[in-house]
Amino acid sequence: MSPPRPERALVRPHVVTGGRAHPTRNIFDLVTLVIAGRTQPIGLSPEKRRVMELCQGGALAVAEVAAHLALPVSVTKVLLSDLVDSGHIVTRAAVAEPEQPDDHLLREVLDGLRARL
Amino acid sequence: MGSALVSDQRYVRETVRTSVKLLIVGHFAVGKTTLVGTLSEIRPLRTEERMTQAGALVDDLAGVPAKTTTTVAMDFGRVTLSDELVLYLFGAPGQHRFTPLWRDLAQGALGALVLADTRRLEQSFDAMALLEERGLPYAVAINRFDDAPAFPEEELREALDLLPATPLVYCDARDRTSSTRALIALVEHLIDRKESA
Repeated sequence: MSPPRPERALVRPHVVTGGRAHPTRNIFDLVTLVIAGRTQPIGLSPEKRRVMELCQGGALAVAEVAAHLALPVSVTKVLLSDLVDSGHIVTRAAVAEPEQPDDHLLREVLDGLRARL
Repeated sequence: MGSALVSDQRYVRETVRTSVKLLIVGHFAVGKTTLVGTLSEIRPLRTEERMTQAGALVDDLAGVPAKTTTTVAMDFGRVTLSDELVLYLFGAPGQHRFTPLWRDLAQGALGALVLADTRRLEQSFDAMALLEERGLPYAVAINRFDDAPAFPEEELREALDLLPATPLVYCDARDRTSSTRALIALVEHLIDRKESA
């Protein structure tokens, strides 16, 4: 067992996030689907422009955005959060309730898997 | 931007409204990445997070001395299950020192498939403990390696200290049908749990 560790003390802000290590809101799961909104991507930082270029093609999960842009997930979340705040990015799919996935959803997953056999 | 961006399959289908996540968990070289690759419709992707040696997440690319950090990669893939539903599979490191990563991984996950290898069953204990700590339901799939010994199910259950309700299946992570069946066993278990709750 390792000793308990500080949750945030070792987290340092990232330069591409404008000095912030945490998103302004915590709406992003790894699989939250995001897509470009209608706001023109003007006056954005180079990193945010890259996010917009990628997301204009269609919907992707947060983890996919991170992987395609070779950015850590934590950094990607900060960028996406800013872009949601400014109206450049919208979230598309509701992520299933974390604690209580409903029966209907589980059955849809099961049916989808069975159909692949 | 890599060649993955060329593919038309890169984006999630327009009609998809819900995304769900299952974790594929296990020790080093147990076949997590293989299974994700077998089932994924996109070339598996990789995200990386940097952690200090103590295990805390850092997201500073600028100036942390290399000796204090280690990079942890997570491979993941995508399976479109219907016009409206997409499933993501995340290969997750099962060792306790990666605990901080698990906050993100476990959040919203429906459940987990623990991949195990009969040559080193004891290495699966960490992964199972991490899941139990988070109350995340799981099934165990023994990944068939050609030179791995086979044991009767009862012996495996005892060795892994499984609850009677926890599914134990064999799978070949290289085979799509076999890997799909392992996921089906997991999701059936998730439904059973809900119904008996």
